[in-house]
Order: sequence, then C-alpha cells, then structure tokens
Amino acid sequence: MALRMQEDTRFGLDRKTRLLGPVRLDSGAEFAPVDIAYETYGALNADKSNAILICHALTGDQYVASTHPVTGKDGWWTRMVGPGKPIDPARHCIISINVMGSCMGSSGPASIDPTTGAAYAMGFPVITIPDMVRAQALLLDHLGIETLQAIVGGSMGGMQVLSWAALYPDRVKSAVVIASTARHSAQNIAFHEVGRQAIMADPRWNNGAYYGHEAPSSGLAVARMAAHITYLSEAGLTEKFGRRLQNRDAKSFGFDADFQVESYLRYQGLSFVDRFDANSYLYITRAMDYFDLAEPHDGVLARAFAGTKTRFCLISFDSDWLYPTAESRRIVHALNAAGAAVSFVELSSPFGHDAFLLEAPEMNRIVDGFLRAGEQS
Amino acid sequence: MSALRPDLAIIAREVRATARVLDVGCGDGQLMAALRDTKNVDARGLELNAHDVATAVSRGLSVIQGDADTDLAEYPDGSFDYAILSQTLQTTKRPDLVLDHLVRIGREAFVSFPNFAQWRIRFAHMFGGRMPVTKQLPHLWYDTPNIHHVTIEDFRSLLHDRNIEIEGQWFLSGNKPRADRFANLLAQHAVFKLRRK
Repeated sequence: MALRMQEDTRFGLDRKTRLLGPVRLDSGAEFAPVDIAYETYGALNADKSNAILICHALTGDQYVASTHPVTGKDGWWTRMVGPGKPIDPARHCIISINVMGSCMGSSGPASIDPTTGAAYAMGFPVITIPDMVRAQALLLDHLGIETLQAIVGGSMGGMQVLSWAALYPDRVKSAVVIASTARHSAQNIAFHEVGRQAIMADPRWNNGAYYGHEAPSSGLAVARMAAHITYLSEAGLTEKFGRRLQNRDAKSFGFDADFQVESYLRYQGLSFVDRFDANSYLYITRAMDYFDLAEPHDGVLARAFAGTKTRFCLISFDSDWLYPTAESRRIVHALNAAGAAVSFVELSSPFGHDAFLLEAPEMNRIVDGFLRAGEQS
Repeated sequence: MSALRPDLAIIAREVRATARVLDVGCGDGQLMAALRDTKNVDARGLELNAHDVATAVSRGLSVIQGDADTDLAEYPDGSFDYAILSQTLQTTKRPDLVLDHLVRIGREAFVSFPNFAQWRIRFAHMFGGRMPVTKQLPHLWYDTPNIHHVTIEDFRSLLHDRNIEIEGQWFLSGNKPRADRFANLLAQHAVFKLRRK
C-alpha cells in the first residue's frame, strides 16, 4: 500500500490540481476553473479511514509541517503535526489545503483569468468560508477520500472545520475547533475593515490592478500590524516589550520606532508583505467577516448541527480577546442542544489568540486523546 | 481500571445499561469511563477544573468545562436518563438550585455528599471547639471548597421542600455500606437516588 502511495502523484509535498467541476459559490455564481494547492503527509490506509484534514488560518497555507518555499521557515504547526505529535504521519494521512482566495497556489485574485489572460485582481469573485470548504470537498473527491477521520483547525481554520461539519456531516467523524468562532463579531469586522482600508488607501493598490507593478506593501504592512495586535494580549505585550526602548537610551523626540513594540510591529508588517498578496488579504478577510454559521438557519446555531453524528472538541484560550471563550461556549451550547458529542476546555495562556500556534502541552494532550478515542470507534 | 470510589461504585451499579447520563462535576471522568466501559452508557460530563477536563477528554470522554451553578440552565428538560452529582453539592453556591436542575435535566438523579453530622465531626466540633478537620473533610475553614456543609437530615428536609422524591438511599462509613438506622449520626457519606414528584 505504502509503495502504491509513493507512485500515486496525487499524494505528497507541494501538490496542485485543477478541480474537475466548478465551485458553486454562496454569491450564486459558479466559479471555474479552480486550482487547489495542497500537501499530504503519511499514507492513506487500505480502507481510507485515517485521513485528517488540517485547515489553516487567514494568512496560513498548506505548509503545515514542511519548509515554507518563500520564507524558508519550518511549517506553521510543527508543534501539532509531525512524528510523535498528536497528528502523526505514521498513523494518519494528513492533508493540508491552501484555501481558495489565497496566494500560495490555490486560485485567488493573483491567479490568471483564462478569459482575459491577466490576473483576476478585483474580478475574482467574493467568496465565503463555506465556498472554501466546497472547494476542499471537491479536492477530497479527487483524492478518493470520502470520509475524514478528523478535521482540525484554529482561528479561520476552526471556521472551516465548523462549516465542514455543517455542510458535510457524513464526511466528518471528529472535528477539532481551536480558538475560533461561529460568527464574526462587530469588533472582528471592525478590525478587518481597518486593514482593508489601509490597503486600499495605498496609492499603489490601484483598485487591485497592481500585478506587474509595485504592490501596495505599505498598506498591507499596516493591515498586518493592526491585525497582529489582535493576535496577542495586553499582558503578553507588556511582558515581552513593556515600555522598553529599541536600541537607544533615551526617547528621540521624533517618530522613529523608539519603543521595542513599535519596532516589532514594523518588522511583522514588513516581513509579511514578502509572502502575502494584498488582494488575497482583502478577499479572505471578507470571507471571514461574512461568516455566520447560524445565518442560514434563522439565527439558530443548533440547527446547523441538527442530527449530527460528528464528535466535537473545542478549545479556547483565556487571554484570546479576538475569539474569546464566550464564542466557543456559544458553539458548545448549540452542539449540546443538537445532542452532539462535544468536549470543551478553556486553557490558560498569556499569549492571546496566537496561543494555539505556540507550545501548549495541555492542548496537545487533549487533541491527542480526542483523536485516539475517535480512532478506536 | 482502578477501583471506583465507594459512592461512585454504588451509582455505577444502579445506572441502567445503555442509558444517557450527565455527570455534573465529573472530575477526570472516572465514573463516566466506568459506565461507558462496563454498561455501554452514553455519558456526558461537566467539570470546572481545566486539567481534569483535559484528562477526561484524553480518555475519549465528552466533557465540557463549565460551572454547575451557571451552566445547568442550558440543558433541556429530561434530556438525560440520569443526572449525577457526586461529592459536588457541598461545593456549589446554590445547592438548592443545582438540585432543581438535576431532577429537571435527568429523569432520575443521583446525589452523593459527605455527611456533616457524622459523629466524628460532631465530636470534633463539640470538644475541639473548632471547625472539624477529618479524613473525609481534610480542609481548613478558610480554604475548603466545601462552602455549603450539609447533613443527611438537612438534605432530606430540602428534598421535602422541593417536592423531590427519594427512590433509593445508601450510606457509607469507612467506605463500607451501613444500615439506614442512625445514618445521620453514623454515616460518613450518603448516596441518594431522586426523582421529581
């Protein structure tokens, strides 16, 4: 079996395929062609029952546990995925997919529109989280995987997990939703709007038609800086930077990055623009803002999960003010009302929303036990 | 499987096979795991302590981190065959309201608690003149999680006031079952099986 897997070019690192059919979008349009970039680790077993899909966050990608081709850094979730980790290629066939709308190989605004021969730019359709999930489901069809042993995701990845469970309940046995929400709040939308306006205010944005010219990197960097603050916590920032000055003994009485926290944010903004497309940032933040899983069910979240047989595990972090524990509890109550098997725990961390990407032994212990219990049944 | 605490062993024995059970204050899920493994019970848990929840989930159990005082209102009437509250009643802010929820959520309920009228405790109080510290209640007065000490007679009186029927009762001293007679004086622990009238 393992030998056949090696010969099967659908599986492996840095894969890309064009979906056979169009993706039916929430906006009503049918979108084609759709390219999907993805990676797989580990072998699919004989009865195809060991597949785990990892869903990435806003600026994440398919390089979960392999070297990022642009930054040269390790994968973004090697603490959770890898040999001896809760999600282990020795046991699981792990699939990670670059979301539609992104810029790491899947179709997005930077992709070429075959009807014009130029980049879609703002001609790319506005997509939603469920649209991303529909495209992922088509990719799984292509891989010949009907049922997922588990889907795991944090932040926007968690939104995809919830959408999967609502759209394709029979294809998902276990769902792990970390530091996430079933809807974007006014505050979530507000922060995203600041980021989008920063991009659009950059003259190089040029209504999105900047491909082949200089990108609106100043605007994108500001968007990233604003967003990055929401991924941390006040306590975390205070501990890391306090009011300490950057490479100087006294204030400059100017507008250089006097404070370490300013220097840090500027670095976060600058390094981000090297690996991310500004229009993708607009489209994906829009998709997140449109996300409200209860909306198609008259606002009753429990109905999104009616009759589900999927097992759920939700984890939140006490210092996460982007998607606070109350949002996870709302999902838990809805799942309880739907009679679903659900576990939930709020973990303590000083690191805010980003805690799910960092060293968190308790999180790993929970995910490991939850997944293993699902493998027995 | 390690041996169950004696009050849990009684509850585990009495629960019907394949029932739906909500264990409120389930700790690390010892009772839930026993019910699942020996009686194929569909068990769900609620527990305040995050570390205990993590342990229970890592055992493959469905446990939600939450507070009996605030979160039981979320559960619909009669959604479980049994609601279980073991050694937790005396730690809640409003034991009376928690009890109401138990017999509302479960068609039947099990409640176990340490009996504060057991003679050793009376003795310690009467002659020591201080809040009793015993093997079964080892905490000092200022750091005890047991904020509502209750006796078997107090509990019976609350059941009467709340119109809750006793379907079964078991008493323990020194981890051994003992007769109903003089239970309020002699029993260290009590287990009640309840139902709303």
